[in-house]
Amino acid sequence: MPENSISEKSKSGHSIRASGSCLASKQQPVPFRGGGFVPVSRPWMGFVVFFVLIVFLEAGTRIGFISALTIPKPSDVLNTFVELYSSGLLWTHLVPSLMRFVIGAAIGTLLGVSLGIAIGLFAYVRAGLVPLIAALFPVPKIALLPLFVIWFGIDEASKYALIAFGTFTPMVVATYGAVDNVDRGLIRMGQSFNLSWFSIVRKIVLPGAMAGILSGLRIALAIAIILLVAAEMLGAEYGIGAYILQAGSLYDLERLFTGVAILSILGVLVNSAIGLVEKHVLRWRG
Amino acid sequence: MDIKLAGIHHSYGEREVLRDINLDIASGQIVCIVGPSGCGKSTLLRLLGGLERPTLGDILQVGDVPEGCLNPLTYVFQDFALLPWRTVAGNISLVLEDHGIGQAKSQAIIKDVLARCKLSDFADVFPKQISGGMKQRVAIARALAVNPAVMLMDEPLSALDSQTRELLMDDIVSLWSRKPFTAVYVTHNLAEAVRLGHRIVVLSRRPGEIREIVTIDKPLSERRHADPDLEQQQNNLWQMMRDEAEAADAELINA
Repeated sequence: MPENSISEKSKSGHSIRASGSCLASKQQPVPFRGGGFVPVSRPWMGFVVFFVLIVFLEAGTRIGFISALTIPKPSDVLNTFVELYSSGLLWTHLVPSLMRFVIGAAIGTLLGVSLGIAIGLFAYVRAGLVPLIAALFPVPKIALLPLFVIWFGIDEASKYALIAFGTFTPMVVATYGAVDNVDRGLIRMGQSFNLSWFSIVRKIVLPGAMAGILSGLRIALAIAIILLVAAEMLGAEYGIGAYILQAGSLYDLERLFTGVAILSILGVLVNSAIGLVEKHVLRWRG
Repeated sequence: MDIKLAGIHHSYGEREVLRDINLDIASGQIVCIVGPSGCGKSTLLRLLGGLERPTLGDILQVGDVPEGCLNPLTYVFQDFALLPWRTVAGNISLVLEDHGIGQAKSQAIIKDVLARCKLSDFADVFPKQISGGMKQRVAIARALAVNPAVMLMDEPLSALDSQTRELLMDDIVSLWSRKPFTAVYVTHNLAEAVRLGHRIVVLSRRPGEIREIVTIDKPLSERRHADPDLEQQQNNLWQMMRDEAEAADAELINA
């Protein structure tokens, strides 16, 4: 016992001396290495970027280090927009565009989500259709517009079809991916409580896949706006696309940029609308 | 309603998991199934509730399903299996919605099971807002809501810390004492088995066979934490399983 305590003492004495000398010579805080890699909400930052960009362009075109031929003055674009609004032409162009966007995208997303769920749930549908979807996805839909004109006529139907087709493929891919990721344990639970097949799909599969479906919707609706303009450039009297095309052929940069700005605003609005829907539908994620 | 397992064999391809299981589960009793890891005890539970079909043998319901029973064979899962997008009350309502019982009646059932599981204050919160122990209480309340003939509990306390586990064991005992239910309780935790089981079925390592069935006569309500009798029982069980568990541990996973 005494021997033991002696050796204990000498050992601890040693270690105290060692740490003591360490303390005396140098002290510094433990460096922080965590943080970052977490999405944090900074809502004003987007506005700051837009504001800085517009101020830069305005200053550049006024002072002259940006030539008037390369880019119009933002203030002139704003004036053109105000003119467009007060002449009432804004609505003449915007309303048909919005109609095409809403109807085409609604058809495409509904069909896409339904088929995506079917692929996610049925092995035969998956085996049969996934290769077909993979073949259709990379086809530039704009190239098919002449075909749609022959099938659906030169009027609105061919434009709906183009937009619907363009939103359909990304929605199918996003939806079946999301259905694949639904927790199988929850589905087993539903089966173990004798829930009907339809109940399982509606109450377990669909809500479980909703996050993935909504993020697919963001991409699909951006594609819808691109295709809307493409369709209108090829054959429409009114519409934002037609307006941009006219301005472009007259080399009227102010009007061209007004049209482009309207599209960008539309994009931002659609994006924040989906953000609101996400916030509501996925509020359980907190 | 009793359940009878007659000559159950089960294999996944070449891999035999269960061999010649014969077992009667009498109503009003809790049967615990213990065994080394990978012995097929969870598989046995899936077979019992009809989530999987045995390769060979019959699983029979003996007698009539009791009156007012909405889902005779009802599971309580290890990972709770609560829908995160539904509130506590919504999760219980989920299993009542398909049975065509009226709104008022299902509200009454929900209220009753929430009260029995001490959850009345949590009806409108989402699962992510509550602790693991509370989540498992919700899952037990959900199982009670359909008034099951047999509860199939698959390691229900294994995802919880040991203190919560003690609390929940007390809750299960008091639920059973107030209104005895039939349950098959799969666990790898021998302390749970001796606290909750009227009978304890010991399985061998894979392929799982019944090695022994131990009956514990002491009433559930008299069993306490660190009870010397139970410790003794637990020790006996462990002696029985030790070698098997060691051998199971040393096995290659997919060999």
